[in-house]
Amino acid sequence: MSEPVVKQTAVQPVSFRRRFTDRAMTGAAVATVVIVLAPLVAIFGYLVYRGVGAIDWAFLTQTPKPVGEAGGGMANAIVGSLLILGIASLIGVPLGVGAGIYLAEYGRNRLGSVIRFTCDVLNGVPSIVVGIVAYAIVVLPQGHFSALAGGTALAIMMVPTISRTTEEMLLLVPQALREAAYGLGVPRWRTTLSIVLRTATSGVITGVMLAFARVAGETAPLLFTALGNTYWSLRYDQPIAALPLQIYTYANSPYDDWHRQAWAGSLVLIILIVGSVAAVRYVVRRGSFGTA
Amino acid sequence: MANRAFQRPDMSGPQPVEVTRLAPISTARLAPLSQASGGEIPDRAFRSVITACGLAVLGVLVLIVYELMAGSRLSWHAFHLRFFVASDWDPVNELFGALPFIYGTLVSSLVALVIAVPLSIGVAVFTTEMCPKGLRAPLSFFVELLAAIPSVIYGLWAMFVLVPLLRSYVQPFLARTLGWSGLFEGPPYGIGMLAAGIILAIMIIPIISSITREVLMVVPQHQREGVLALGATRWEMIRLGVLRNARAGIVGGIILGLGRALGETMAVTMVIGNRPEISRSLFAPGYTMASVLANEFNEATGDLYRSALIQIGLALFLVTIIVNALAQLLVWTVTRGQPARGHV
Repeated sequence: MSEPVVKQTAVQPVSFRRRFTDRAMTGAAVATVVIVLAPLVAIFGYLVYRGVGAIDWAFLTQTPKPVGEAGGGMANAIVGSLLILGIASLIGVPLGVGAGIYLAEYGRNRLGSVIRFTCDVLNGVPSIVVGIVAYAIVVLPQGHFSALAGGTALAIMMVPTISRTTEEMLLLVPQALREAAYGLGVPRWRTTLSIVLRTATSGVITGVMLAFARVAGETAPLLFTALGNTYWSLRYDQPIAALPLQIYTYANSPYDDWHRQAWAGSLVLIILIVGSVAAVRYVVRRGSFGTA
Repeated sequence: MANRAFQRPDMSGPQPVEVTRLAPISTARLAPLSQASGGEIPDRAFRSVITACGLAVLGVLVLIVYELMAGSRLSWHAFHLRFFVASDWDPVNELFGALPFIYGTLVSSLVALVIAVPLSIGVAVFTTEMCPKGLRAPLSFFVELLAAIPSVIYGLWAMFVLVPLLRSYVQPFLARTLGWSGLFEGPPYGIGMLAAGIILAIMIIPIISSITREVLMVVPQHQREGVLALGATRWEMIRLGVLRNARAGIVGGIILGLGRALGETMAVTMVIGNRPEISRSLFAPGYTMASVLANEFNEATGDLYRSALIQIGLALFLVTIIVNALAQLLVWTVTRGQPARGHV
């Protein structure tokens, strides 16, 4: 057969130098993986190590104690974060999904390309700059810092991510489904909402959750919008505490007890982020609709 | 799924699985359809609402530019271009120059790139070309998990773990071995440019490596096979057949990482030392454009002070926009229109 022939021609020994370089580079690649994963393990390990011991009932149910007094908790910051994120989602999700629908269904033109590019560029705008803009458009006219301003800043950050993932997901829906709907006499808007969007629901929700997770930990845009608050506040037009802000303040403080709480807050924040994403993915995957 | 609006008719005979799966959509849409048959006007209304959403994205960008320019007008009139080359930052006497912040931003990002680029490319090459198939997905997942950690938690970790480590082990070692270069001298505080660069590197590794991985994956398989058929070793195949073809995209990923590093705020603010000084040594504390905004914007009392800060914001915005646009174009040339995603 032909096999022995191939073997004979292939017996051209690879020089030691080339073999050595090959091995060395493989080793180097493995080393980079180890080096990159080390901080991940270190951060999560330390977070759990310091955080688990620091989370107690008081931490989850009390507001911060005055400076110098031990104890207290971040209950108001946890609720505040949820409130700000709620406001951000109320503004950002419809806008982002709408823009995504535009890009997928009507955006095969010049304007579509421009908006697509704008989305990708907006994605890279530093969060602190978004904070300045939210300060200028909400805080200045309103006259004071507020949950609404914080929510606006985070909404601005959510929109580009949501619209690009929505677009991607809608484009995955087979063209035949649209044509079938048109064939039944379904108007275009109805087709888009009830068939295309519905089919892509799970993908769109996943994109929304990614955007949510990304802004949930943002601190910089909240510095001059939500400001932070050591008391309970549930009002949209007043300064409000937020978990990342509280972590930042406590980390920079000179008190050990506050450092302890900063770790606890970080653990809660990570759980909030990972938990919300995991929960939504689980629910979406179990739902019978959606293929993306 | 049970459908309340429309009773499904009894169907006799064996039904293909496909039909029963699609049935909820078609039957659900039948009932309301009969009521809304004329679609002309709603169609047009829908189209304008959706187009408005699309235009809103453009509007946001325009709004950002407008607000930053309007806010920094005062400072622009007072200092003109001198603002970017002057190095005094004296709020009391209303003298503002952004050079120390620009320097700090550039140097910390550069340190981050020097550390992150080889590591990210190594990880990407390992995941696409070397590791067993089963390991590929979990490995990418773990690397991209790094992108899910909020900046403030990176900062917290850096303050309490990384900085002490640098202070007592890494910095004395660097000073002993590479002190002659002038980059590593002065007292080892722990906090400073080096700490900021390292934490930034950890934060941008997932961005660069995930884009590099995407780019490597679109390199056609026959390129690899061709090079291997010529008798190349695996590394030679990677170098000649894969990396060389993916160059533009990898550079795009690196630039995207740079864009993220330039604008990163919290983690850097927590470890860079926040002192507006220009020093050659990486051990010295510095200040970045983003962190001066984070620290001083709320306390800025005078109009000119605030305006100067907004001008720093404008400069930061413009630089990151240009950097990102460049990166997008480079990645687009390789992956043909797919967005370059820096996070999971």
